[in-house]
Amino acid sequence: MGGLTKEYLIKRLGMFLLTVWLGMTLIFIIPRLAPGDPITAMVSRMSAQSGRVENSDQIIAAWRERFGLDAPWYIQYGRYLGNLATFNLGYSLAYFPAEVEDMVARSMPWTLGLLSLATLMSFVLGNTVGALLAWRRTPNLAKALLPVSLTFTSIPAFMLGILLVYTFAFGLRWFPFAGAFARGLQPGPSWEFIKSVIYHGTLPALAIVVTTMGFWALGMRGMMVTTTGEDYMILAEAKGLRPSRIFWLYGVRNAILPQITALALTLGSIAGGSVIVEYIFTYPGMGYLLYEGIVNTDYTLIQGVVYFLIVGVSLAVLIIDLLYPLIDPRISYQKK
Amino acid sequence: MSIVSIEQVPAPKEIARSRLNRWDSPWLNPKLIAGFVLVMSVVLLGVIGPFFWDVTQARVASAPLNLPPIWVKDPPAIFPDPDPAHPLGTESNGRDMLALLMAAAPGTLRVGLIAAGLGMTIGILLGFSAGFLGGWWDALVRTIADAVITIPSLAVLIVISAFVRQIDLTNMALLLALFAWPGPTRLIRAQVLSLRERGYVQMARISGASTLDIMFKEMMPNLLPYLAASFSGNVSANILAATALEALGLGPTRIPTLGMTIFYSIRAASILRGMWWWWGFPILLLILIFTGLFLITVGLDEIANPRLRGVQAG
Repeated sequence: MGGLTKEYLIKRLGMFLLTVWLGMTLIFIIPRLAPGDPITAMVSRMSAQSGRVENSDQIIAAWRERFGLDAPWYIQYGRYLGNLATFNLGYSLAYFPAEVEDMVARSMPWTLGLLSLATLMSFVLGNTVGALLAWRRTPNLAKALLPVSLTFTSIPAFMLGILLVYTFAFGLRWFPFAGAFARGLQPGPSWEFIKSVIYHGTLPALAIVVTTMGFWALGMRGMMVTTTGEDYMILAEAKGLRPSRIFWLYGVRNAILPQITALALTLGSIAGGSVIVEYIFTYPGMGYLLYEGIVNTDYTLIQGVVYFLIVGVSLAVLIIDLLYPLIDPRISYQKK
Repeated sequence: MSIVSIEQVPAPKEIARSRLNRWDSPWLNPKLIAGFVLVMSVVLLGVIGPFFWDVTQARVASAPLNLPPIWVKDPPAIFPDPDPAHPLGTESNGRDMLALLMAAAPGTLRVGLIAAGLGMTIGILLGFSAGFLGGWWDALVRTIADAVITIPSLAVLIVISAFVRQIDLTNMALLLALFAWPGPTRLIRAQVLSLRERGYVQMARISGASTLDIMFKEMMPNLLPYLAASFSGNVSANILAATALEALGLGPTRIPTLGMTIFYSIRAASILRGMWWWWGFPILLLILIFTGLFLITVGLDEIANPRLRGVQAG
């Protein structure tokens, strides 16, 4: 083993930087292709919303200076990248003098917790279902029932979220409408707080798990079909190994590898989808912060949240990439 | 003797016909057909609906407010009694729900189709050229596609459309296409890499067929089911992204879309007010679209990969 070489490490790190750079560059370029001065447009929109904007001239001046809008584009771009690289995200426009960094730091744990748990559950459940669907020894009853769990596969998580809120929060009143924990509770490692967090997180997590697990199940089914035809499976059966051992350690073990690659590739869209889920459930994570930014036309906040989302997802992908040689010993990045 | 044995072999035409009689064509995949029917039902609602229903009622203040659908008996006291003139009810801005759905569905489908079409076109060009030419071009395409695919595209789209604000359907589709190409590119590149080693491709190469001929006459037909599956998956992903942007209030504001209907409905707290018809009908249509496209994708996958078909039977 020992597949991790310096070369591979540098390559993956380069990929990480490239991803973040591409994402942030798109954000820089495309709004500038649209006609009009973004700052003046923003301030006029602000005054249209609230009637009158205090110190609008100062805001325009401050923004012009912040983005250096009078400077040529390459200097603007250089400053922009420099600010991002040093995590200098500036102040929130709507909640001045709150700093974007602090706001993101406060909401990040919620998104991180919800997203990683939901993704993990969906990955494990979906792959198990998919593997069982392609497994000859699966009882017929299970084979008939398992596809039911894939009903919601094609539906976006946030739509299922609306249905869940209506059914379980509005109709049955089993779960709360909004928030991440009950009002009046002090966040801390107390049992009551943890219970409240789980209670509040159930519906959003359910929305994500139920709508994404089918993706894993379908991929896994395809991989399992291929794996079942392999010679080592026949040999394992001929040796008389326990079916459960063949299933998990011979079948799933080999079929799961492309699924992990797929996980790295889809992490971005899962994170994007959860933004809207948080908005539906008023869950105080980064997605909801983003929504607040949109409502308040708080551009620094929007940009900051998305920057952290991109960095976070790319970092997760980097970690998966670096772990991959450990999961699949056949892959060695050493030059032979 | 030899004459007799020749007569026993059925003519090729008959074989073909008997196959057809047995409905043996892989394209008659039940999932594919069911998915097609679902999507077409939404398309027809938008295309034929306006001939039977006054779509101008999709404008604000063209109907009474908050009417429930006609089959709701004894609505809560806060709502007026249902009115047969508005079978699916109305929402709080005075739009007729049926007219709104008819006006909104085509736009939603169109965004998905344009974005996916652009994404596929770029994907075919890049994927074929990368897989076929190899070398530095392949490395470049692969690296950028891998990077773009991991960007949380929805988040980037949210920033861009929040900054731009004034956006129409076509521009939105163009924006979505920014992130719609890496998937098809990767898929096509991988397929081309495996196809180019196949016998018939090598044969064509030895026969002196030009690169373009090999690409489009030899490989393309074999890739069609993959391409079609990828396309319908792509349409679905783009409609999802478009709907998500609209649901955040970042979509086109001039024409109604299904996502925008959801946005207004959430903003007016329709869930807590029990106005399920406001968000329920657009979501129902979207579910029809997504389920239909999903079934089409799975059906096409089964056509492209016959091994998946066997699983169902076994």
